[in-house]
Amino acid sequence: MEAYLDNAATTPVLPEVCDIMVKVMKEDYGNPSSKHTMGLAAEKYITNAAEDIAAIIKCQPKEIIFTSGGTEANNLALTGAAMACKRRGKHIITTKIEHPSVHGPLARLEEYGFEVTYLPVDKNGIVDENALASAIREDTILVSIMYVNNETGSVQDIQKLCGIVKKKDNRILFHVDAIQAYGKYKIIPKKLGIDMLSASGHKIHAPKGSGFLYIKDKTRITPVLSGGGQQRGMRPGTENVPAIAGLGLASKVIYGMEGHTEKLYDLKEQFIKRLKKIDGVIINGTDGILLQDTAPHITSASFEGVKSEVLLHALAAKGVFVSSGSACSSNHPGVSGTLKAMGIKDPLLDSTLRFSFSVFTTEEQINYAADVLEKELPVLRRFTRK
Amino acid sequence: MVQGFLLKYAEIGIKGKNRYKFENALCEQVRIKLSKIDGSYNVVRSQGRIYAEATGDFDCDEVIEELITVPGISAISPVKVVADKSWESVKKATGDFIEKQYGNPDFSFKVKSKRSDKGYIYTSPEICTEMGAYLLSRFKGLKVDVQNPEVYIWVEIRDMVYIYSKVYKGAGGMPLGTAGKAMLLLSGGIDSPVAGYMISKRGVSLDAVYFHAPPYTSERAKEKVVTLARQVSRYAGKIRLFTVNFTDIQMYIYEKCPHEELTIIMRRYMMRIAEALAANNKCIGLVTGESIGQVASQTMQSLAVTNEVCHMPVYRPLIAFDKQDIVNIAEKIGTFETSIQPYEDCCTIFVAKHPVTKPRADVIRNSEKKIEEKIEEMVKTAINTATITEADWQPHGI
Repeated sequence: MEAYLDNAATTPVLPEVCDIMVKVMKEDYGNPSSKHTMGLAAEKYITNAAEDIAAIIKCQPKEIIFTSGGTEANNLALTGAAMACKRRGKHIITTKIEHPSVHGPLARLEEYGFEVTYLPVDKNGIVDENALASAIREDTILVSIMYVNNETGSVQDIQKLCGIVKKKDNRILFHVDAIQAYGKYKIIPKKLGIDMLSASGHKIHAPKGSGFLYIKDKTRITPVLSGGGQQRGMRPGTENVPAIAGLGLASKVIYGMEGHTEKLYDLKEQFIKRLKKIDGVIINGTDGILLQDTAPHITSASFEGVKSEVLLHALAAKGVFVSSGSACSSNHPGVSGTLKAMGIKDPLLDSTLRFSFSVFTTEEQINYAADVLEKELPVLRRFTRK
Repeated sequence: MVQGFLLKYAEIGIKGKNRYKFENALCEQVRIKLSKIDGSYNVVRSQGRIYAEATGDFDCDEVIEELITVPGISAISPVKVVADKSWESVKKATGDFIEKQYGNPDFSFKVKSKRSDKGYIYTSPEICTEMGAYLLSRFKGLKVDVQNPEVYIWVEIRDMVYIYSKVYKGAGGMPLGTAGKAMLLLSGGIDSPVAGYMISKRGVSLDAVYFHAPPYTSERAKEKVVTLARQVSRYAGKIRLFTVNFTDIQMYIYEKCPHEELTIIMRRYMMRIAEALAANNKCIGLVTGESIGQVASQTMQSLAVTNEVCHMPVYRPLIAFDKQDIVNIAEKIGTFETSIQPYEDCCTIFVAKHPVTKPRADVIRNSEKKIEEKIEEMVKTAINTATITEADWQPHGI
């Protein structure tokens, strides 16, 4: 049996998404900027995708900028907003648990004279509202807070946090990295009050190399790339039509599924129940809060007395695929910033795995994963460094 | 006019009656190497040197980049060969060659000459003088310096005329295929690839063995070793990499033997397995990256205890090298960046906090009695289930 439980890293592409992409590449391969009918046919895919996504997040199609994925969306949002607002101020607020694609561009902005405040989180990975309120200054121009944390599945109350910011100063832009939330929650930027939102395609069964940034109408953002003026100059470069078509369709299919978030919560509940029966397992980020206040698809657990990488390989040998920390930061060792910020103790930091589900994950699979854990853990615990 | 490369070799010259064997081996290695890059080459022995005539779409820089990795070559020069031996033709060809090699030359030079065609109109000293005068009149930036010239320009009158100037240092050593084959114990570290490179320079062909311990070492760690083998094969020629699953043996030792002796006992079994694989595959020696005192398992005492289990000679090319010197070579041959990728190998993962640094053979032998029951069977299984990966470097590969 195989259990792919690494869906927060990436997901398989839906068959119908593959089909539409192949059709674009083989038949409707025109350049959307070309004036002839083939160009128009290609452009239609982009318009349709923008409309499909706009219908889901209840915005205007022109507020959607397609990017190469989540990293580019975050970079465009942060760098673009900082450049556009730098005359008003150079202070930016974010959290300690953001993804490297947020921390990275912010670190670069710091090199260019911007100042960044990193907000702490509690043991469940939740941002301190008071800390946010008191961090806001005269010269604050931008706040960036992630919706769902990629390593632990902790969820922020974006509406509330955004309210705090906007109440203090309505001109401060609010960006949300929703890469792990898009496809799981109904997200309506207008309702949340936010100005920008990043999403990625390959986390929701669209291809890698697809994603978008929502930018509220009339928000001034300086583009990062310059070139041929595509996407109203916000993101020039010939559009990746097959990927965009795939992203549009995948969004429609995933959001069209009835009760898929509830199904994910069911799986998570069952899985945690099984984990709790195993000795020396700690579930992270769920202490004293409702399961429904954590992300439906991510479970973070620490296993006493086992190195996460060894356990990960032992699971892989039995067909169970998971991540240690987050897949994005697993390439370079060094412990997870999120887990550290949540106050997880030293020996456990290097003993933590992330299990992440998708709508295609089955009960059999999570039970199988739990069976394998039950079997492998005692064996591995016999052999540790003395 | 043709273009080619003149290859000089150092030690082969003194090999007496066996010399042709060494020369043929070197020609063969040069052919193998050049077959991997653009262009067609005709490689021949000629009067104590090798001449590779190049035709087709070849790139001079690329040829040199490849040839400096061939053990046995001491120097490489791009050369122009002219069939028309008339003095006018030789002069013009030399001038054109200098222009092509240096653009607008601006340096001091000296012409050197050899003449195996004793009937030629000029003697060697005359060739130097005449050619020097011609070049001075043609290029304004040149000046003669017979004591300490920046550039030598060679003109050799043989069956044809050979003109060359730039000299690139080769790898030196002996050609592959002239020494024999050895089994390299290749880990993911910095040292063992360097050891493989060093011994290959003496003409030693290589097989390699890697000890894999899933799930304690990952598939990526194994991939890394394959990459290292490929990088070493740039110098050592095609390498067959044996991957031995070592987990069961390691666990068995871990459970039965004193923990601070784990590494040393493990290494003894690695040597035993490596030697068995070597014997099965026509290798006549083992090669390791050990260096005295670098870690607990490489003290003289530890080396003696490890060495004890081997019957074949164990070659340790790095034995007296400092770490930094090894790192420098690793950087030069391009293995360093691969070696420092952070994947655990099985030597590090279970290592005791305070391993023995001065083990005694009798004590270790006694400890090994505790695993007598199953160890032979396990070793046999490990040898029989070893998998083989071929590592053969390609230009522009990783």
